[in-house]
Amino acid sequence: MTTLDASRLPFADPPHDRAADRLGATGFGFYVYLLSDAILFASLFAAFAVLHRATAGGPTGPEVFKLPGVLLETACLLVSSFTCGLAMIAANAGRKLALTGFLAITFALGAAFLGLEVSEFTRMIAEGAGPDRSAFLSGFFTLVGAHGLHITVGLAWILILFGQLWRDGFGPGFSRRIFCFSLFWHVLDVVWIAIFTFVYLIGSQP
Amino acid sequence: MFGKLTLSAFPLDQPIIMGTIAVLIIGIAGVLGLITVLRRWKWLWVEWITTVDHKRVGIMYILLALVMLLRGFSDAIMMRMQLALAHGGHPGFLPPEHYDQVFSAHGTIMIFFVAMPFVVGLMNFAVPLQIGARDVAFPVMNSLSFWLTAAGALLPNIALGVGEFARTGWLVYPPLSELPYSPGVGVDYYLVALQISGIGTLLSGINLVTTILKCRAPGMTLMMMPVFTWCALAANMMIVAAFPILTGTFAMLMLDRYLGMHFFTNDAGGAPMMFLNLIWSWGHPEVYILVLPCFGVFSEVISTFSGKPLFGYRSMVVATMVITLLAFVTWLHHFFTMGSGADVNAFFGIATMIIAIPTGVKVFNWLFTMYGGQIRFETPVLWTIGFMITFVIGGMTGVLMAVPPNDFLLHNSLFLIAHFHNVIIGAVIFGSFAGLNYWWPKAFGFTLHSGLGKAIFWCWFVGFWLAFMPLYILGFLGMTRRMNHTDNPLWVPYLVAAAIGACIIMTGILLQFVQIAVSIRQRRYHRDMTGDPWGGRTLEWSVPSPAPSYNFARIPQVTGLDAWWTQKAAGRTVTPPAFEAIETPRNSPIGFITAFFAVVGGFGVIWHIWWLAVPAVIAALAALVTSSWRPRGELILSADTVARTERSLRPRSA
Amino acid sequence: MAFPSTAQQACSPSGPPSPKRMSPRVPFRLSGAAALLALGGCREGVLAPRGPVGSAEVQLLYETAAAMLIVVVPVLALTLIYAWWFRASNTRAVRRPNWDYSGRIEFSIWVIPILVILFLGTLTWTGAHDLDPYRPLRSARRPVTVQVVSLDWKWLFIYPELGIASVNELALPSGTPVNFQLTSGTVMNSFFIPQLGGQIYTMAGMQTRLSLAADKPGTYDGLSAQFSGDGFSDMHFKVLASDQAGFDRWVAQARQAPMTLDTTAYAALALARGTTAVIHYRSVAPDLFRTILAEGAEHPAPQPPGATPTVPPPMPMSPM
Repeated sequence: MTTLDASRLPFADPPHDRAADRLGATGFGFYVYLLSDAILFASLFAAFAVLHRATAGGPTGPEVFKLPGVLLETACLLVSSFTCGLAMIAANAGRKLALTGFLAITFALGAAFLGLEVSEFTRMIAEGAGPDRSAFLSGFFTLVGAHGLHITVGLAWILILFGQLWRDGFGPGFSRRIFCFSLFWHVLDVVWIAIFTFVYLIGSQP
Repeated sequence: MFGKLTLSAFPLDQPIIMGTIAVLIIGIAGVLGLITVLRRWKWLWVEWITTVDHKRVGIMYILLALVMLLRGFSDAIMMRMQLALAHGGHPGFLPPEHYDQVFSAHGTIMIFFVAMPFVVGLMNFAVPLQIGARDVAFPVMNSLSFWLTAAGALLPNIALGVGEFARTGWLVYPPLSELPYSPGVGVDYYLVALQISGIGTLLSGINLVTTILKCRAPGMTLMMMPVFTWCALAANMMIVAAFPILTGTFAMLMLDRYLGMHFFTNDAGGAPMMFLNLIWSWGHPEVYILVLPCFGVFSEVISTFSGKPLFGYRSMVVATMVITLLAFVTWLHHFFTMGSGADVNAFFGIATMIIAIPTGVKVFNWLFTMYGGQIRFETPVLWTIGFMITFVIGGMTGVLMAVPPNDFLLHNSLFLIAHFHNVIIGAVIFGSFAGLNYWWPKAFGFTLHSGLGKAIFWCWFVGFWLAFMPLYILGFLGMTRRMNHTDNPLWVPYLVAAAIGACIIMTGILLQFVQIAVSIRQRRYHRDMTGDPWGGRTLEWSVPSPAPSYNFARIPQVTGLDAWWTQKAAGRTVTPPAFEAIETPRNSPIGFITAFFAVVGGFGVIWHIWWLAVPAVIAALAALVTSSWRPRGELILSADTVARTERSLRPRSA
Repeated sequence: MAFPSTAQQACSPSGPPSPKRMSPRVPFRLSGAAALLALGGCREGVLAPRGPVGSAEVQLLYETAAAMLIVVVPVLALTLIYAWWFRASNTRAVRRPNWDYSGRIEFSIWVIPILVILFLGTLTWTGAHDLDPYRPLRSARRPVTVQVVSLDWKWLFIYPELGIASVNELALPSGTPVNFQLTSGTVMNSFFIPQLGGQIYTMAGMQTRLSLAADKPGTYDGLSAQFSGDGFSDMHFKVLASDQAGFDRWVAQARQAPMTLDTTAYAALALARGTTAVIHYRSVAPDLFRTILAEGAEHPAPQPPGATPTVPPPMPMSPM
C-alpha cells in the first residue's frame, strides 16, 4: 500500500503550457506512426525476401536492374535529405527565405527521384518484366512502389507546407509540422538505403 | 458504367436474404424517421457525429460493437441451426454457397467489428479518465479512427444485399481467396472493409500509446498507472506493431486480385503459405490486443469490489509486458500441420506455452486479490468470476493444442473452435460486459439494472458451456470445422445441444438490450449522485457522473497507486478550492466526412467502378488535408461554466 | 478378412472394437480423460486410435492434459472457495483490506507455472521430434508408398509401386507402414485420418509427407480438415485396412478396372468440380505425381538436378 504524502495537494498546480505539451505529444505520436510504417515496410521486405528467387522462368534481378539509374535516384534522395535538414535549420533560425529555398530544392530532388523511378518501372513493364510476370517482380514492384508512394505523399506534403507558410508564417504550429515532415523524409531515406542495398545491390548479383 | 455491378448482384430470388434486408431497411428508416420527428438531427450532428470527446467516441465504439453483435450472432445461430438440422442426407436450410459466407462473415464481424470496437471503446472511454487527462492526445484523429471503423463495419452489411461476402473463412487463406478460386466480389468486400477499419485501428493505437505515455497527470509515474491503463498501453503497442502487417498483407492480396500479381497464387512462383505466416504474425498478437484490456477490466473490478488493492501489482505489470513480447513469436502454432519440421514446430510450441506462465501469474493475482477481501457480488464481479472459471479451461485447451502432435489431431477440428471461443467469449466478451456494467454510471450518470445484469451473465455463462462443451467432444470425435452438413449420427446429439446453448446465449443478448432500455427508463432511480458508485480506487471515480466533457475540473496531483482511494483515505475533498478556465478541442466533421468517402470509394473499388472510386478516394484524402489546413482555435470554457457544470452534476457535495 | 469393394459400409470400424488396447500405455488415463471419454463409446474419432502414430499422439494428449489439470483443478477450486468465503455478507471471514503483497506467494505463483511449463516444454520437444510426420515408421515390413492429391473436392490416391490409383478410397495393408507423399491439384487441403494419427496440409506445387500405419484391419474415416470451397463438406473418403491377402485382392480388383489415369484423364478429373464416387484406375501414367507437383508451381524455380523439387522450406525461419 502506498502512503499519502500529506504535504501534497490532491490537485496539480494550475495549467502548464499546453502548446508545448501538444508539440511534445505530436512529435512523439509521429514517431510512433513512423515505427508502424517501418513495420509495414518490414513486411514488404519479408515478402520480397521470400519471393526474390521465384522468377517463374521470367527475368531475374541482374537482367532487369540498371544500376546507374538507381545510383542517380539514390543520389537525388540522399541530397534531398541533406537539404531537408538544412531547411529544418533555417526554420529553427527563423529564416523564411532560406527555408523556402531549401524546401524547394528538396521538392525538386524528390520529384526527380520519382521521375526516375517511374521511368524505370515503365521500361521494365515495356520489357515484359511487369509486376504480373512473376512473384519476384510482384514483390519488387510492391516494395519499391510503396516507397515511391510515400515519396509522392512527401511531395504533396511539401506543397501543403508552402501553403501554410505563405498563409500563417512561422508559429508553433508550423515548426511542429516541419519537424514531422523532416522526420518522415529522413525515414524514407533510410528505407531507400535498405532497398538500394538489399533489392538492387544484392539483387544484381547473379 | 457500373463495373462488375449488375442487377444479378442483388439476391432478388433469395427470400431469406430479401426478408432480412427488408427488415433492415425498415429498421433504419424507422430510426431515421424517429430522429426527424424528434427533431434530433442537429443534436446528433453536434453532440455525437462530430464530437471529439474521447468518452463519446468510446460510447459510439461500444454502440457499434453491440449493434454488430446482433449481426454476428445472427450468423452464429444460423450456423448452429443449420448443423443441428443438416445431417443424414438432409441438406438443411443453408446451401454451401450461402453457408460459407455466413461463417466467414461471423468470424470477420465478431473479431473486427464486435470484439475490437468493444475493447477499443472501453479503452477510449476509461484510459484518459484513469490517467487524469482531459482528452486523448489527438482528439480529431480519435473521431476519424472511430468513423473509419464504422465505415469498415458497414461494408460487410452492404454485401448482404449487394453481391456477396467472402466464402473463404474469416482469414481468407489463399489460394482459395485468389481470383481463380474466388472470382466474385466477396473477398474484395472483405479486403476493402478491413483495410479501411484497419487504418482506423492503427490510428487509434498510435493515439492511445501517445496519450498514455505523454498525457498523464502530474506525479503519475508509469508504476502508478492503473492496471487497466497498463493493459491498454500493452494492447495499443501491439496494435502499432501488428496492424501494419495486416495492412501490408491485405494489400498484397489485393494486388494479386486487382493487378494480377503473384504474391500468394499457386502459379508464377507465388507462396500461399507466406500469407499464413504474415497474417498470423498479425493474428496472434491480435488475440492479445483483445484479451489484455479485458484482463485490465477484470483487475479493476476484482480489486474494487473486494475493497482491496490488486495483489501483486508489479507482477501484473511484468506479466502483461511479457505477454506483449511473446505474442509476436508464436504465430506458427496456427499451422503446425504445414510440415515445417520438428525443430520449428517445437520452438513455436514451447514459445506458445511460455505465455501460459505470465497468464497463470495473472490468474493467481486475481485469486489472491479476492483473498481477505470483502467481495460485493455486483454484476461486474459475476462476469469476472465467470471469466476466471471459463478462461482457465480455455487456457488449458490452448496449451494442449500448443503441443504439435496434439495439434496434428485437433487442428481445424471443432475442438479448436471450442478452444478459441472459450478464450474469446470467456475473456473478451465477459470482460467487455464487465466493463460495460462497471463504467456505465461514469458514462451516463446512472447504474445499469443489476437484476437484469445478473440474468444476462447467467444466460451467457450457462449458454456458453452448453454451446461449446459439445464442440470439444465433437472435436475428439473427428468432426472438422466449416462443415455444411454431416453424415455421422453419433455427432447429432452434440450438435443439437450446441444449438440449444446458442439459444440461451441469444436470450442473454436480447436481455442486454432490455437491460439498457429498462435502466434508461428507471434512470432517476438508478442515479449516481456521488460519482463513485462502486467505492472505486482510480481517478475516474473522482469526477462526477456522467463525467463532464473536460473530465477534470482541476487536474489531479497523483502521489501513488490507487490515486483516488488514497485521496479518499486521507479525507480529501472532491471539490477543488477554485475552478479554472479550461481549453477543450472543438468538434470536427472530418472523421465522418472522410469515412463517408471511404465507404463510397471502397464500394467503387469492390465493384471496379473506377469513376466512383477515384474521386471518392481523392475526396477522402482532401478532407484529411483540409483538417490540417484549417486553423482551429480551441474552445475555452470559463471558470464559471466549469463551476456550474460541477455543481449540477454533483448537487449534494461541497 | 475381405474388403468391401465400395465405400458403402457403415462408418463404425469393422474390426472388433478394442478400447482396452490402449489402456496399459496410458498412465494418466483416469484424470480428465475419463470424463471426456464417456462419449461415443470410444469407437470413433481421435481418442480411439487404431495405429501406432495415433496411439502415441493420444497418449501425449493425455499426459499433457493431466499435467495441466494438476494446476487447473486447484485454481478452479480456490476461485470458487475464495469467492464464496470472502463474500461481503460472511461475518466469519477475516478481512485484510490492505494486503497486496507477499514475497513468498509472489515467488510461488511464478515458479509453479514455470515448473509446469518446463515439464510440458520437455514433452513438447520430444513429442514434436518423435512424432514428426516426416519421420518414417520403423517396421520389419517394407513400407507402402501412396501419393495423395487433393482435388476439388475429392481425393486421388496413386500407388506408384503398383501402378494403380483410386479416387475417394484408400486401401492399406494393416501392420505395414504407409509413406504418404502429398500435394494438391487445387487450393490447400488437409489430409486427415483421425483414427490413424495426425493430419498434414496438401499444398499445390509443394510436397508434404506423412507416415501412418493401421494396427488392425478395419474401415476408417478420412477427410479434408482444411476448408477448401463449396464442396468441402463431402470431401471425405474411406480407409480400408486389411491383411496382406485382403490388400492383394483389392489390388487385383483395381487392376480389373476399366479406366486408366493418364494426364488427360487426370485433367478431366481435376476439372470435374464436385465429389465423385469411388473410382479405380488400372494403370497410372508414370511420374504423374511429379507432373502434378510441377503443374502446381507452373514454373518451378531452378533446382539442382536430383533434389526433391518442392519440399516446403521452413518459411518463417528462412532469411533472404
